[in-house]
Amino acid sequence: MWLAFEAPEELTYTPGQFLHIRVTEGNDHLLRRPISLCEVRESDGRRAVGIAYRISGKGTKRLAEKKVGDTLDILGPLGTGFPLHDGDQHALLVGGGIGVPPMVELAKQLTAQGTKVTSIVGFQSRLHAILIDELHQYGEVLVATNDGSLGLTGFVTDHMTDELLGTLDRFYACGPTPMLHAVQRKLDGRVPGYLSLEERMGCGIGACMACVTSCRLADGSVGYKKVCKDGPVFPAPKVVFE
Amino acid sequence: MSHVDLSVKIGSLTLKNPVMPASGCFSFGKEYAEFYDLSQLGAIVVKATTLEPRLGNKTPRVAETPGGMLNAIGLQNPGVEQVIADELPHLRQYDIPVIVNIAGTTVEDYVAVAERLNDSEDVDAVEVNISCPNVKCGGIQFGTDPEQAAHVTASIKRVSRVPVIVKLSPNVTDIVAMAKAVEAAGADAISLINTLVGMNIDLDQKRPLLANGIGGLSGPAVKPVAVRMTYQVAQAVTVPLIGMGGIMEGEDAIEFLMAGATAVAVGTANFVNPHACPEIIEGMRRWCAERGVARVRDLQGAAWKETV
Repeated sequence: MWLAFEAPEELTYTPGQFLHIRVTEGNDHLLRRPISLCEVRESDGRRAVGIAYRISGKGTKRLAEKKVGDTLDILGPLGTGFPLHDGDQHALLVGGGIGVPPMVELAKQLTAQGTKVTSIVGFQSRLHAILIDELHQYGEVLVATNDGSLGLTGFVTDHMTDELLGTLDRFYACGPTPMLHAVQRKLDGRVPGYLSLEERMGCGIGACMACVTSCRLADGSVGYKKVCKDGPVFPAPKVVFE
Repeated sequence: MSHVDLSVKIGSLTLKNPVMPASGCFSFGKEYAEFYDLSQLGAIVVKATTLEPRLGNKTPRVAETPGGMLNAIGLQNPGVEQVIADELPHLRQYDIPVIVNIAGTTVEDYVAVAERLNDSEDVDAVEVNISCPNVKCGGIQFGTDPEQAAHVTASIKRVSRVPVIVKLSPNVTDIVAMAKAVEAAGADAISLINTLVGMNIDLDQKRPLLANGIGGLSGPAVKPVAVRMTYQVAQAVTVPLIGMGGIMEGEDAIEFLMAGATAVAVGTANFVNPHACPEIIEGMRRWCAERGVARVRDLQGAAWKETV
């Protein structure tokens, strides 16, 4: 589902940050839903913020019932997004399923700073494919589906040839945990990059300790970091998958 | 609008208003200080602190439920030494009492944490957590047996230089017996309620959704239970009560005062709305002003006219 709303003038954001959204008023659905900022579009001096999400439960179903003109209670943008590196010549964007949306704004900003962008996106099937045209505006898009109904049959990592990897300065990935783990294994030590993690959240601002993930800490030990505040984007080598 | 005196007293502590964030729902305050001046609060109750650092449970740690949520964080905290060194000093800048929630596995653990906190000038009271449902040895064994609850309370009272508040679990048959036991053991105040033990099942995975299996239910869904327990306990003890459980707006807080609480704590609402506490304070002020209530403390126990 696609949802867009007008941005307040003072909005500042980085790609990879998320919006924490109340799906209803009242107490039926208490917890906010964290949804990645997909793209900010400007026209006639006005800015529109777009998000793309999947109806995965009762809360997102309620969100999908919103109509044009309704108001939404949104906290954000929150979290630590994808850092952009000035001198990068070529960046690889890897998105899996509902992890693809943040790649659109990232691709736009990388392109704007002169970094060439190649995207690899993976979906269960052609029916689940989203945002391929949007990403294609910024460079080549390689597609993989589990059932082969679109692009290559297999996983995003199957597109990661030595030839491609040899040209990269950086990678950025967002998607389901098994995909991120596979990407980390494939690219660790070869290409520096970032992983954007997903976890069930409470407050979204770092207070409730609900959305922790294991990370390699500065002293080399393994401890918890908060996905909502320290992340959702982490340097890939720091993330410890269990 | 007429002036409303919102101040209340919890033993020797004077609060400028009855509203404090509940332990575990506000971390150590820094995140919320980005949203508003914490001096607006009546007090602050920081996250449960144990003698040694605790990592807490695996994820998922939270799940939404109808009108509420389940959590099983598992007392993740950096341990009392780091809490004293890194987490409490920043709270000194705010003109509010700081209440440190303490947890442990044994009576000796609780006593050691309380003794260590005696050395910090940043602690105005301790709240004894004998009611966390989410760790095997998180103190809930003390929270379901009046004798054990009294034993841990008396042991902490013997060493602590600050007022001792005991936070009760609702997961008992007779909450009044628990309250009377900790009052007799010297508790200066009582907090109630902690979360109700609950569970939900992930239908696709065919297993409990939370990694810990069980979790603590909070939010508006538990408010009637909390109000009932406040109502019963407040009439059975003389120490002040801090009532909590599903307070989302000013009128909810007023309801707890009428049930017999002296002050209230706000938990889950902070996750929904970071400005929840100041909005609830303003809601209480407005409610009183519109009805000509000059002192919010006059509402305490106002609902006792009917006996239950």
